[in-house]
Amino acid sequence: MSKSVSLLIFLLIISLASFLLAFSVGSISLSLEDILSTFFSDNVSIAHTIVWELRMPRAYIAFVTGSLLSLAGLIMQVLLRNPLADPYILGVSSGASVAALSAMALGLTGIWVSGGAFVGAFISILLVFGLSHRDGSWNPSRLLLTGVVIAAGWGAMINFILSISPDKPLRGMLFWLMGDINNISADPASILVLIIGIIITIGVARQLNILSRGDLQAAALGVSVKPLRISLFILASCLTAFAVIQAGSVGFVGLIVPHMLRLIIGSDHRILIPSSVLLGGSLLLISDTIARTIIAPQQLPVGVITAFIGVPFFLYLLNKNFDRNAIK
Amino acid sequence: MSVLSTNNLQLNIANKQVCNELNLEFNRGEVWGILGCNGVGKTTLLHTLCGLRDEYSGDIFIKNKNIIQIKRKLIARMIGIQLQHSEDPFPTTVLETVLTGRHPYISNWQWEDEDDLQKAINALGVVDLEDLSERPINQLSGGERQRVSLATLITQDPDIFLLDEPNSHLDLSHQINLLTHFTNYIKQNKRLLVMTLHDINLASRFCTHLLLLTGQGQFIAGQVEEVLNIDNLSNTYKYPIIEISDNDNSLYIPQ
Repeated sequence: MSKSVSLLIFLLIISLASFLLAFSVGSISLSLEDILSTFFSDNVSIAHTIVWELRMPRAYIAFVTGSLLSLAGLIMQVLLRNPLADPYILGVSSGASVAALSAMALGLTGIWVSGGAFVGAFISILLVFGLSHRDGSWNPSRLLLTGVVIAAGWGAMINFILSISPDKPLRGMLFWLMGDINNISADPASILVLIIGIIITIGVARQLNILSRGDLQAAALGVSVKPLRISLFILASCLTAFAVIQAGSVGFVGLIVPHMLRLIIGSDHRILIPSSVLLGGSLLLISDTIARTIIAPQQLPVGVITAFIGVPFFLYLLNKNFDRNAIK
Repeated sequence: MSVLSTNNLQLNIANKQVCNELNLEFNRGEVWGILGCNGVGKTTLLHTLCGLRDEYSGDIFIKNKNIIQIKRKLIARMIGIQLQHSEDPFPTTVLETVLTGRHPYISNWQWEDEDDLQKAINALGVVDLEDLSERPINQLSGGERQRVSLATLITQDPDIFLLDEPNSHLDLSHQINLLTHFTNYIKQNKRLLVMTLHDINLASRFCTHLLLLTGQGQFIAGQVEEVLNIDNLSNTYKYPIIEISDNDNSLYIPQ
């Protein structure tokens, strides 16, 4: 208990620090005093403009997206009872990508791209759930396989769209595919979806603990498994869809954040949920800060950075975990 | 008033009949053993009795209320089951797992209190696992896991205990000690115990009543003294069983 509280406080500090870092670095660096002064004055200084009109909106999107992805990943891992599940595993992001890329290939921008992504995400969800539904229930392994196959199908369509697209929008399309937080205005709905998601999942956190030990065990302990599973799948899909329309398919955040926290603090979702939200947000924010500064003035898609951080880190955790299991 | 009863219960697995027109009354203080061959449907019957399976015809009543009219969480306060298989893909400790037995009594936003914790610790004492309470569950042996799931059920503390092969993976002393604990607890506290078993001699030692599933939907049920004989047993297992007696005790072994 005290360990969990100190972890949450630590993650809160990390979150604040990641915001301050995002405010301070860039083409013009700002000191801590510069940043703090903008909090208390509403004068239109350069520092004020940089922090509140340039860096804050982007930092906000990065943080919210990271939080959405980690929470979605956490839920998916319980639902599929698989610690290696991620938010995209059922093809939500590839469905979104097909629709968003089609819009971009036609030269459309803004709402057409994000709206298209949203529609694509939901078509994909309906497809996967419709196809894997059998005898009134969804079996995790059938869902997983259907999701993987549907995602492969979308992948083929993505390649098709990329190969017939004109050169001009191609770069933007590639960035979108890799996950990118550039030139996007914040979607006011996404923070709402995140907050609703946090409240719902914390409300059922103890049920999640039990659900991860099997549907039958959960039902035997008084969990109404079917309605819970369906609403959680819908919730996780919504969280993922909103993350994808904001930033494309940013990889690894939704996989490693919940997984890493499980290794540190165990499997109590009452702690995992808030800590995943904080750590996921900070990780994506720090990654995005690196992405826009490391080879400035050029910017990298943030998905490249999360993959560079995520892959070795994940391999390390996996090996460490195997060692520990070997002891038993 | 019977605490659990079935009315014309008919159960099928695929096209095979488990039981047909099963009318039974289970009363407080009784210990029931369900015996039968592999695949005859013992586990299916247990799952049906606690509402985990809804493909059946007929009715099941818990305290004279039809089970389909009772909320899942309320069922879990009245009837608890120890399942044959447990999954634990994520790292949890023994104590955390045993504490899940309190779930039916706690509302969504509430945490377990001192009292719940004490119940879990007591249950761990009953199954001899108090020293392993902080151990990750995936580092336990099969028998220790079995004892964790029994401790979870003790923590849940329902009126009706359903055990699915409680002695599997257990060493000799734990088999006898735990079954002794359970049967004493049931008799002293006027609860009901229904368990599937593969060991006839444990059944004759601990049970007050038996349900023999003999296949094709047929069954034999009644008090141990009435039901337990070599004809019924041989019919149940489709294999000749012999009885060895000295004065009060009988042992049943395959020929």
